[in-house]
This record gives sequence, C-alpha cells and structure tokens, in this order.
Amino acid sequence: MNIFCLGLSHQTAHVSVRERFAVPDAVLAEALQRLRTVPGVAEAVILSTCNRTEFYLAGYPERPTPETVLAGLQRQLVQGDREHFFQLAAAETARHLFRVTAGLESMVVGETEIFGQVKRAYHAAARLGVTGKYLNRLFQKSFQVGKDVRANTGIAKGSVSVGSVAVDLAMQIFGSLQGCNVMLLGAGETSERTARAFQARGARQLFVSNRSFARAESLAGLVGGRAVRFDRWEEEFVGVDILVSSTSAPHFLLTAAKLEPVMRRRRQRPVFIIDLAMPRDIDPAVHELDGVYLYDLDSLEVMAAKGLEARRREAELGEQLVLRHVREFGAWLEQASSGLPALGPGVRFEYPRPW
Amino acid sequence: MHPVFVSVVSAEPDRVWVLLAALFFLFGSVYSAYALATGKALPRWVNLCALGAGFVLQTGFLYVRGHAIGRCPITNPFEVIVFMSWSIALIYLVVGSSYRLSLLGGFTAPVVAVMSLVALFLPASPPALPQAVNPWLEAHASFSMIACGAFALACVAGAMYLFQERQLKTRQPTSIFFRLPPINALTVANTRLLWLGFAFLSLGLAAGFCVGQATDAWKVGWSIAVWLLYGGILLARSQRRVAAKWVARLSILAFSLLLSTFWGIRFISETRPL
Repeated sequence: MNIFCLGLSHQTAHVSVRERFAVPDAVLAEALQRLRTVPGVAEAVILSTCNRTEFYLAGYPERPTPETVLAGLQRQLVQGDREHFFQLAAAETARHLFRVTAGLESMVVGETEIFGQVKRAYHAAARLGVTGKYLNRLFQKSFQVGKDVRANTGIAKGSVSVGSVAVDLAMQIFGSLQGCNVMLLGAGETSERTARAFQARGARQLFVSNRSFARAESLAGLVGGRAVRFDRWEEEFVGVDILVSSTSAPHFLLTAAKLEPVMRRRRQRPVFIIDLAMPRDIDPAVHELDGVYLYDLDSLEVMAAKGLEARRREAELGEQLVLRHVREFGAWLEQASSGLPALGPGVRFEYPRPW
Repeated sequence: MHPVFVSVVSAEPDRVWVLLAALFFLFGSVYSAYALATGKALPRWVNLCALGAGFVLQTGFLYVRGHAIGRCPITNPFEVIVFMSWSIALIYLVVGSSYRLSLLGGFTAPVVAVMSLVALFLPASPPALPQAVNPWLEAHASFSMIACGAFALACVAGAMYLFQERQLKTRQPTSIFFRLPPINALTVANTRLLWLGFAFLSLGLAAGFCVGQATDAWKVGWSIAVWLLYGGILLARSQRRVAAKWVARLSILAFSLLLSTFWGIRFISETRPL
C-alpha cells in the first residue's frame, strides 16, 4: 500500500487551466466513486478549491498517474496540460498535505480558509466510505498539524491586505464596528471590497455616494447600504465614523478647513478616513486634526507588506513543525506498510513548472 | 534583604502583608509585560488573580493595622501609600475589569507594585496610638484616598490612550498597538474613572466639612483647587469642548499635580499653619 497526491495548484497552473480541472461539489460524490475504479486506487479524497485541485489516493500495486486518474473521471488532458500536474508519493504527499492544511501552500500565507476546505473534502470522502486506514490517518494528522502550526507560530497573525489592515485599524479605534456608520465615496471595485470587509465585521450602516447616482444605487443595493447623492455627501458625513474614498476627482474633496467645523458638530467623536484614490481625495492636513486618522493607500500597503513579511518569517517555523510531523507520519507509514520510502532529511518538492 | 527593609519589617511585623502583596503585584507586572512583548495569548485571569491576591493581602494589612490603631490606617506616609495602592487595586477590580480592559490591569500592576515597594522602604513609623474616632474624619480620609485611586487609574488609561493615539498618528503602529485596548474604549474608561474619582472626592470633601474641627486653610484651599481642576476637566469633556486627547493629557497632568503637591501641602500645613 502506498499513498499519492497528484494535482495542480496556483503554483503550477494558471486559473484558466485550474478551472478546467475543478471538481464542483455537485459532482464530487460521483467523482470519488469513479476514482475507486482507477487501477491502484483503494482510497481517495479530492480537494478542489479556487487555488488547487488535488487528488489524495492510497492503493497498490499500480501507481496512479494524471492520465489514469483523469481517464477515470472521464476528463481529457489536452496538449500542454500534463506539465502543470505534480505527482508526489508517500512522505512527500504527507508533507504537501500538511503544508496545505497549515496554510503554508496558500497564495496568502497563513490564511485559515483552507483548513476548513480540507476538512470538508475529507469528510465528504469519509461519508461516502472511500477513505480507509491510510487516508484517515493522513488527514487526521494534517488537522493536528494545521492546529499546531497556527497555535505555535504567528503565521495567521497580522493583516496582509489593504482591506484587512483598514478593518483592523478601525477596530483599534472604535473597538466594535457594530455601532459604526461607514461611507463610501466612489463606487469602484476597491470601494466594494473594502465595504464588504467592514460589513463582515458588523458595520451598522453603509452609505454609498458617487458622481453617478445610478452606480451608487447599484453598489448600495449590492452591499445592503443606502445611496447618497454626491452633492449631499457632506451633510451625511456628520454621522459617519469611517469614510472610504476612492473617487477619480482631480482635487481634494475634503480639507482641514472643511472638516474642522464638522468635527465640532460631531462633538469630537473620532473619524477614520481611508483614502484609496490616486490622486488623493483627502487633504493630508486633516490628519493633524484631533480625533481624525487619515490613512492613504501607501500607508496601508506598507502595513500590509509588513504583515506579509512577518508571516513569511513565521512560516519558517511552521516548516520545521511540519517536518517533525512528517517524520512521525513517515515512521507510522513504514510500520503500517513495509517497503515505502522514509522521508530523507531536507527533502524538497520539485514542481514540474512553477507558474 | 536590604538592611533598611529588614529593620523596618522587624519593627513592624504587619508589613509582611504588604511585602507579599508587592510580590503578587510584581508577578502580575512581569506576566503582563511578557504577554505584551511576545504577543502570546496568555490567559488574562492570571494577572487578574495576581492583582486580586495582592489586594486581599493589602486588605489584610489594613485590617490588622486598623484594628491596632482603632481607626482607618492612614496616619503616616507608609500607611497612606499602602491605602492609595489598595484603592487603585480596588478601583481596577471593581471598574477596570468590567470594561474588559485587561491590559489596564497590566498597566495597573506595576503602578501598585512600585507604590507597595516604595512604602516598604519608608522608615519605620510606629502606628498611631488609638484615640477617639471621628467618623466624618474617617469618611473624609478614606473617600479622598479612593478618589486618588480612581484618578490614578484615569491617569493610566490616559497614558495608554496617548500611546495608542501616537501610534495611529505616526501611521506606523507597532505590534503592541494591536494588543492594547481600542482608543474609544480607553476614552470611555478614562472619562468614567474621572467621574468616579470626582464623585468620591466630592463625598470626601463634604465629609471633611462635617468634621467639626478647625482645619488648616492650606489643606482646604488645596482640596478645593483639586476638586475644581477635576470638575473643570469633566465639565469641558461633558460639553465636548475638548477632544479625548486633551482629556487624557489633563488626566495625567492633574494626577501628577495632585501627587506632587500632596506632600508639599502636608508639609506646609504642618510647618506654617494658617
């Protein structure tokens, strides 16, 4: 008995390739049953997310290949596809899965969503009875590794995107966002992403203002907010705690002279202003006013980059923890099934062609 | 052990309570500093327990000393400092934790630890002999001390606010920034602690006027000046005439003035009574 992993990920294939091999939830059960019919496959788990499609298999004596697996799924490889697939065996498979579950393989290192995705993939296969002794052990161990790495390193700490940095800063100003009103000036993609980030943390009310009122109404509808005519945004601003501005105005929309009386009307409640526009919408001088915190795209990006760098440093610690667990799993695998290769020290995975 | 400390403890054995309390407060300080520096999510109840244990031990001291002298034990500088640090711990345990500002406890622990240690190194001053107790005088002294405890915590919250505000203004917040409470929570805590201290100070002053003994004008004038200072800060805040940053600054300034003038006024009132 041996264990294998083959598939493609954001590191080996472009999204246009990955999307052709994705296994949607609707056909997952059928695909798992089909895999069991592939020669050399006794156990199977399919992990299909937007960043990867991976087949975890256990079987004997044949070694499954992308061709046999995809043929079993009644899918075809076209010219050029083959080079995007990676194939791993035994302890290498364990190391790969442990890294995936811990978030070390993710596009944003340390993201936590993948842990739940791996869990769902395993449970879907286990419910169908297509897992057994080897994959059960492998996946249970991977959950242990995921928790271990996240608990004992700072891999999941800190913000690594402009939106999450902005939300974290807002939380450190207001504590909870539940009582906060958020206003979006400009209804572009960036505004929408940031609005959704604030909405996810429970912002009370979203106002959307845009030169095109129709566009403001459209975005307000999408995010469950209220559209405000562009010539009236300053009136609504008095009750706003967080302002996200990303218009294409050629001049400052908000200056210190304009904001000062507003702050008096706000009875000195703090305001957090996020200027994502280029050129900037907000006069940098407003940052000097008491209770006003202005962050532009540059300052948010610097913070996000620092967060990412910190995560990368922590990832080194995570790799060491993963290797320790792989050795433990390798020892179990050798005992459970003789004749399998143990993990060599400093083993490295060679992907066919990092994309 | 420091010889001064040993001689003092042998002269006043009940100081051992204060020593043990100081050790608990020190432990709380080190624990919080470690959690803050490393960013590890250590259990918050440990610091709360350390502060609680220190508070219980100080209560034990105050009970023993109070029983011995038959009155509230604030008759000499040692007792005054211990009572003040006990008040700070009390206010934190009653008020601070209810705001869930656990790190306020982290900042409170070193303040009360230092105060307890300073008190321990003060020269031995035998407890006052039991005498007839005037309940108004006792109420005046103890309410005023508790007010000091609240003002001390308001000062701590103000310092934390200014630290957080500075981090936001520089746009380069460190990792500590994300481990301290949000500035809005610190503003609320600061204002409420000021109100609490002001309420106790008012009660203390009212009780002072009911004592019925001749009081030195220096002390009366100073007490009214402190009351007016804090009252002015709160009035400006309640009418939103000043930003939270200024309230934080004034909390620190007012408490520094209170501390620095307290001993001076005592000295003047004893040497040059009006």
